[in-house]
Amino acid sequence: MARTLSQPVTVAFDYTRSTGPVVGRFLGGLRDRAVVGARTSTGEVVVPPPEFDPVTHEPTTDFVEVAPSGTVVSWTWTPEPVKGQPFDRPFAWALVQLDGADSPLLHALDVASPHAIETGMRVRVRWAEETVGAITDIACFEPDDDGPPTDAVRGAAPEGEAVTGVVTPVSLDYTYAASPEESSFYSGLAEGRIVGQRCPACGKVYVPPRGACPVDGVPTDEEVELPDRGTVTTFCIVNVPFLGQRIQPPYVSAYVLLDGADIAIQHLIQEVPADEVRMGMRVEAVWRPREEWGTTIENIAHFRPTGEPDADYETYRKHL
Amino acid sequence: MTTTAPTKQRAAVVGVGQTHHRAKRQDVSMAGLCREAIDRALADAGMTFDDIDAVIVGKAPDLFEGVMMPELFLAEALGAAGKPLLRVHTAGSVGGSTAIVAASLVQSGVHRRVLTVAYEKQSESNAMWALSVPVPFVMPVHAGAGGYFAPHVRSYIRRSGAPTHIGAIVAAKDRNNALKNPFAHLHNEGTTVESVLASQMLWDPIRYDETCPSSDGACALVIADDDTARGSVSPAWIHATAMRSEPTTAAERDQVNPQAGREAAASLWKQAGVTDPRRDIDCAEIYVPFSWFEPMWLENLGFADEGEGWQLTEKGVTALDGDLPVNMSGGVLSSNPIGASGMLRFAEAALQVRGQAGEHQVDRARRALGHAYGGGSQFFAMWVVGADRPD
Amino acid sequence: MRDVAVVGFAQRQMKEFDGSPTCVELLVPVFRECYEQTGFTRKDIGFWCSGSSDYLAGRSFSFVSAVDAIGALPPVNESHVEMDAAWALYEAWLKIQTGEVDTALVYGFGKASAGVLRRTLALQLDPYTMTPLWPDTVSLAGLQARLGMDEGRWDEAAMASVVARSMADAEDNPDAVRKGARSVEELLSAPMYADPLRKHDCAPVTDGAAAIVLAAGDRAREACERPAWITGLAHHVDPLHLGSRPLTTSPSASRAASAAGVDGVEVTELHAPFSHQELVLRDALRLGPDVRVNPSGGALAANPMFTAGLSRIGEAARRIWQGDADRTLGHATSGPLLQQNLVCTMGATT
Repeated sequence: MARTLSQPVTVAFDYTRSTGPVVGRFLGGLRDRAVVGARTSTGEVVVPPPEFDPVTHEPTTDFVEVAPSGTVVSWTWTPEPVKGQPFDRPFAWALVQLDGADSPLLHALDVASPHAIETGMRVRVRWAEETVGAITDIACFEPDDDGPPTDAVRGAAPEGEAVTGVVTPVSLDYTYAASPEESSFYSGLAEGRIVGQRCPACGKVYVPPRGACPVDGVPTDEEVELPDRGTVTTFCIVNVPFLGQRIQPPYVSAYVLLDGADIAIQHLIQEVPADEVRMGMRVEAVWRPREEWGTTIENIAHFRPTGEPDADYETYRKHL
Repeated sequence: MTTTAPTKQRAAVVGVGQTHHRAKRQDVSMAGLCREAIDRALADAGMTFDDIDAVIVGKAPDLFEGVMMPELFLAEALGAAGKPLLRVHTAGSVGGSTAIVAASLVQSGVHRRVLTVAYEKQSESNAMWALSVPVPFVMPVHAGAGGYFAPHVRSYIRRSGAPTHIGAIVAAKDRNNALKNPFAHLHNEGTTVESVLASQMLWDPIRYDETCPSSDGACALVIADDDTARGSVSPAWIHATAMRSEPTTAAERDQVNPQAGREAAASLWKQAGVTDPRRDIDCAEIYVPFSWFEPMWLENLGFADEGEGWQLTEKGVTALDGDLPVNMSGGVLSSNPIGASGMLRFAEAALQVRGQAGEHQVDRARRALGHAYGGGSQFFAMWVVGADRPD
Repeated sequence: MRDVAVVGFAQRQMKEFDGSPTCVELLVPVFRECYEQTGFTRKDIGFWCSGSSDYLAGRSFSFVSAVDAIGALPPVNESHVEMDAAWALYEAWLKIQTGEVDTALVYGFGKASAGVLRRTLALQLDPYTMTPLWPDTVSLAGLQARLGMDEGRWDEAAMASVVARSMADAEDNPDAVRKGARSVEELLSAPMYADPLRKHDCAPVTDGAAAIVLAAGDRAREACERPAWITGLAHHVDPLHLGSRPLTTSPSASRAASAAGVDGVEVTELHAPFSHQELVLRDALRLGPDVRVNPSGGALAANPMFTAGLSRIGEAARRIWQGDADRTLGHATSGPLLQQNLVCTMGATT
């Protein structure tokens, strides 16, 4: 059996980025199937255009259209592409210096094998079928066997309707592992047990247990089984809906100090109107049906009042 | 070879800049947002990038903008290419700790003039999402920052016996102060205690109008050495700095009056020679993202005894025309670009002692406190700035 | 300037750590080793500073849980950089220079295996014009390697020599994750992976944690018989964009070396996750042919993210403690293709 529990997690968002005038001009150019660079104070033409001049630090204003074809100044082969790259089969990356530019642009190059590329070869842009104002409007580069180099600088860049924003989805997959202490806690929950750990130095019982006692910095290792009832120390009533929320508001989010524990766990209080929940209220766990259990605190659906008299303020005052 | 510790070299804020904070600054890129604050700070300092020795960047989690270590792609735009560049991240207190790290570059004698900028362009994602990304195995009870702090606000109210409208007094005060701050995000006319109390409960006991907005914004400072500061107009001399941290959850940890905050404040006052903060400090910019944190932090910082912070609020002591104005700029309640908010507090304190706070200037402010906190009320960064050059 | 020395160093690194990305489980024994080496307890530490990245862990505020490993009640003077812990060392050194504290413990940690590292690092690039293509770190390194070959700065044999020497040296490093002496001929006969790079030209994905103890003046002498005194500490950054800087030299590494002063350095640990990058750095740091490079095996032997730079400084300090050298250098890099560089020189005397 693995030492720790793990689960896949995907962290994903479609970021809505405002581009400002310089990046907007570059992306607008791409939408219009033109590659726009900037002439910096040194006289060099840089693609993509930097937002601010590298020497004067002034905002870039001198835009120049460069040719959609140029020369490979370096290349490499990608045998195992990762998600989101321009191709999902082996392909090449290249630094391409477009005619009229003094510095190279990074993009993919569509060739069948690394034997079909060499530094110095001529390539041209392959535009996406639909251009929207993003770097992916250049689908990739492809070999350009026809004819001599095109005219260099084509003069001032024509300006279409401004691009002011771009959406860039970012999605990352992780395998999230719990620590060994957390793992044994969740494994205990799968058996209907709540197991905390005691710190050998200060004697406090932590639930969920930690890799190290946060006060002493030493591993907690003595297992302490805890009852599934305790006291509400403090709480709030969540009314607000938000992106990614999984529980329907309004709900009571509370700190429950289980009997025998020295820190409270966070959980839901239900089976009582939200406005009747009180600090000091005695509560007990309501477990889901056994066949639904997994290695998670969600085996406890919520806590509900036991009906006992409220705990004395003094018994939990120090846990606020 | 030194055996005794040297004292810190003098350092002062000689330039301050910030952006117009808004829900969405769709007119600029991330670089553009930072440059708006930086360009103002450099102009204020009468300097150019060539005068700057190092650049220190601060911002909160990278997930907000979906860029990992953004100081790398921003290096050229921030004028840092060819110079030393650092990026600090201490959760919500980051704006403050970044200013402290920047100050240490001068106080240690390593550099003469440093530029520091803190920003957040959180409209590129969604702040609540970024703060509440579900972690496997953990109960998704969490409902953003408000959901985390609301139970502790309830604890404060219980422990102190404060009347329940105190939070509304703070909210109305800060929102009205913001009307005098052209850079503030919220310019909500007509906020009163009654209107705040009538707003929706979001995480009981915290109401909608007692909650900070989500803002895009940036703040920048130029911090310089003694020679430079003496030649500049109204420097804000850094009298003291302090940072302290404690764990998120520890048995019997006090989340209402955290020990880390108390100890940071004690160290701060000692360094600054302040024996009675209530009397010695003229005004304060403290990190209040939910209105009830004003009375809580007043106690934590030592401006009031434990359980009595709310009385200062109730009596109008912390009003703009009060004896100890707090959050003259409108505070975090009026503008909250998370990574920048701490530096904004530090910057506004500096503006006060420089006499540059415009309509929200406190008359004859000579010593001011800037304060920031982060995480589960566990990271604290604070400084005292003054109009007088330290001995 | 105060005299500050590296007086303690400990590390844990492995191919795949199966525990939590907060790495508390790795940090606790690493801190314990630091205390054993120096005789300090956590109460003797004046300032704590860490380096790590949220994106490696896949969650915001991932550094916060690591604070548990410190035992931070009563509260501690603590900070964090979202960078390799070598820059946390810089922040800690500054703190000591201000006189506010006399000792510091710096730590880094990272669980790169939790995600797909070469893909995750695409988020370090320009979010508008580069990241949407998801250029992976190996491909970028391949572009840089080829540029150098085309310019005649190095060839595949030179790259293989770096690997051969590193893997042979790694045999003597119990913490190395990849090791095994092989000849240049053997290495060159291995198949091409990401032309022009072979797999052995690329650092292994590694999880790990490390910590260093800094102390000033007499505190250093009480902690260590032969402290590694920091004689120079500097860092610089170049623009990120690939068209805005030379890729076969590293101007920021050169600047950092000039500022730190590298004369007389006998042994250096260079943070070079790709074999050709060691060749770039040797030039950029103007190291003579007699300088011993990466006796630990370097990043090619183990490259725990956000820790590997700090570990180079620790390994270089060790050479002084052990009496192998009187003057050493530890280097750390951040960002794609040696964009940002830190140089730390140390000596047996102040």
